[in-house]
Amino acid sequence: MYQLTDVTKTYTGKRTVHALQSVDLEIGDGELVAIQGPTGGGKSTLLQMLGGLDRPTSGRVVLAGDDLARLSDGALTKARAKNLGFVFQHYNLIPTLTAVENVGTALVPLGVPAADRARRSLAALESVGLGERADHLPGELSGGQQQRVAIARALVKEPTVLLADEPTGNLDEATRDEIVELLEVLWKEQGLTIVMVTHDSAVARRAQRRLRIASGKVSEAA
Amino acid sequence: MFLTYLRRELRHRRKQTTVVAVGLAVAIALVMVVSSVSSGVRDAQASVLESVYGVGTDVTVTQAGAPGGGGGPGRFEFDAESGEADEEGTRSLDQSQLTVERGSSSFDDTALTSITGVEHVSGAAATLTLSSTSFSGEMPDFEAMREQMESGGQPGAAPGEGTQDGSDDGTTGGADGAGGSAFEVDSFTVTGVDPAVTAVGPLTTLEVADGRGLEDGDTEAAVLDATYAETAEIAVGDTIDVGGTDVEVVGTVGSTTGDGVATASDVYVPLTLAQELADLDGQVTDVYVAVDSADNVDAVADAIAAELPDASVSTSSDLAGDVTGSLSTASSLVSTLGTWLSIVVLAAAFGLAILFTVSGVNRRTRELGTLKAIGWSKGRVVGQVAGESVVQGLIGGVAGVALGALAVLGINLAGITLTGASGAGGFSFGGPDAGGQAGGGQLPDGGASGGGPGAGGGGPFGQVADAASSAVDVVLSAPVSVWIVVAAVGLAVLGGLLAGVVGGWRAARLRPAEALRSLA
Ligand SMILES: Nc1ncnc2c1ncn2[C@@H]1O[C@H](COP(=O)(O)OP(=O)(O)OP(=O)(O)O)[C@@H](O)[C@H]1O
Ligand SMILES: [Mg+2]
Repeated sequence: MYQLTDVTKTYTGKRTVHALQSVDLEIGDGELVAIQGPTGGGKSTLLQMLGGLDRPTSGRVVLAGDDLARLSDGALTKARAKNLGFVFQHYNLIPTLTAVENVGTALVPLGVPAADRARRSLAALESVGLGERADHLPGELSGGQQQRVAIARALVKEPTVLLADEPTGNLDEATRDEIVELLEVLWKEQGLTIVMVTHDSAVARRAQRRLRIASGKVSEAA
Repeated sequence: MFLTYLRRELRHRRKQTTVVAVGLAVAIALVMVVSSVSSGVRDAQASVLESVYGVGTDVTVTQAGAPGGGGGPGRFEFDAESGEADEEGTRSLDQSQLTVERGSSSFDDTALTSITGVEHVSGAAATLTLSSTSFSGEMPDFEAMREQMESGGQPGAAPGEGTQDGSDDGTTGGADGAGGSAFEVDSFTVTGVDPAVTAVGPLTTLEVADGRGLEDGDTEAAVLDATYAETAEIAVGDTIDVGGTDVEVVGTVGSTTGDGVATASDVYVPLTLAQELADLDGQVTDVYVAVDSADNVDAVADAIAAELPDASVSTSSDLAGDVTGSLSTASSLVSTLGTWLSIVVLAAAFGLAILFTVSGVNRRTRELGTLKAIGWSKGRVVGQVAGESVVQGLIGGVAGVALGALAVLGINLAGITLTGASGAGGFSFGGPDAGGQAGGGQLPDGGASGGGPGAGGGGPFGQVADAASSAVDVVLSAPVSVWIVVAAVGLAVLGGLLAGVVGGWRAARLRPAEALRSLA
């Protein structure tokens, strides 16, 4: 699914930071990969490269044959809209939109007609167990429920890859397990490729493959 | 999604939305009021000009009077033997004067022939504008008073004092033995016109309200301005004292320029009658000239000036400038102060809209970054942000138009009377009933007249003379045109758009990676 070659990301600002240093990495179709590492190690930076949210300073990030580093802004936006699902630590739902509308935002750039959008969004909410809360605003939902909405939003467009940055970072243990189980189920059902950054070893242990990144260098963890 | 999201955002940020919309609304309303009032004032100026000079007058010819001299009304002079004494010694006085208005003088009507002969002149009409001032009152027997005072009567009660505490109509007081006296001063303008000439001159804006107008062949007939007739309580069929002669009133006239607009003169009589009554045979004061084409106006004015070296020749644009001059208080207030105020308030409202939009975008960094991360294009995000601002502007615009229309309605309902005069007249704002004090006053019969002779201490009737200039009352009517409304809404939307562009530009620069940023 992914082929990273000699990927370097250097932030130049007040201080030059080598967030990724010559990373070579291959991720197969349908893999469930957990990324761990110390804070500031470069986990989020790597996820940005994989998600086409930012461009590497040098190197190639090939997703299903396309080098994300060389795609135009527009093409990159399209690739994100079509193939990539994101789940964030802080859920990042739109506070003024209901659960079902939040899920629907992922279908907007794909040009799905409104009626279809509502139907598919509701189905996605049902698949994460939140069918009855479709009309609730994020503020009316618990953290775990909000993260489920975010997962529904990521998956409603049936992407090939799901990228998650500490999806359980804000949740208590019981909720954390629920979310991880949900992701596992969806992964198995939909044949997704999942790359998940986590601080939590209990979460990481459930992954097929574990990577460790520190000081911008990636290594396989045992 | 666009509309749902937009609506939710605006409702969520109710306070900011309200502040921005109200700011724009107030600015828009102000713009509306200023522009409609200034076009109202412009209309008023045009009405004044038309009422005074008639429609189609391109050039007017007058002649300035010698300063302080012959043209003005003289003073009334009474001696102890004036009038008729009754049995108690009180004397009734009744005098009336018909003179050329102060500041101008009459000239020979051969000027009309010369003017008609000038190339490109298509028509000319001569008029004799006069001021009639009549004085009537009672004076005590001065002989008797002197005796009374010498015998230790009431020294405080000087003659004339009684007028000030007279009753409402200002005519009482009378010879009560304490030395009071009462006067009534009545002043009105009389214009002698040639009834045969209707194509140019003051007759062009007159329409008959009651009775009939002056007709060719009329010799002893008067037509009254309808407003004046009402004030003076003179009806068709009555007579009016013009320079000591009673002339029959055959009709009343109003102005074609608008309802309730007073005409240039209070009384119109045939030119020959005016000349005869004022003892000014063959004399006129004004010649109204129509020119065949607008391009020739200046040339004609120059030619007339060359032909008649003593005359003062004004073109219609000079006249417009003149009226503007006398209306300058109002029009410059509206145009200068109003315009600047509108610009300042508008700029403040725009600034407010921009500020709130930008701070809104800054607060929503992660939200907007997330939308970009999940595949919303730059254009869609910018459109969303800009759309919110534009709708805010639209709300402000609609509210502003409503507010502005209400304000303009209020101004129109207040019935503000603008009094304008061409030339030396005054200009004043007043309440609905203030017409009477305009420009020094067309002194109506009652009330105000007491102040004239009493306070003036018997001096020349300066105020009265001013009143004789052609003051015209126009009720300010500020029109709200479709264009003003469209422009007002447009301005508000422009404000929203401006804010949207600035906010959208910031939103466009947001990196999708902002979605991953830890809580701000
Ligand atoms: N936009 C940026 N500008 C400058 N430096 C940055 C930027 N983003 C990240 N960095 C730096 O790059 C390095 C890697 O950051 P990254 O966010 O990838 O770490 P992380 O492993 O995700 O850490 P954490 O576990 O705290 O989220 C850090 O030193 C960070 O300060
Ligand atoms: Mg991170």
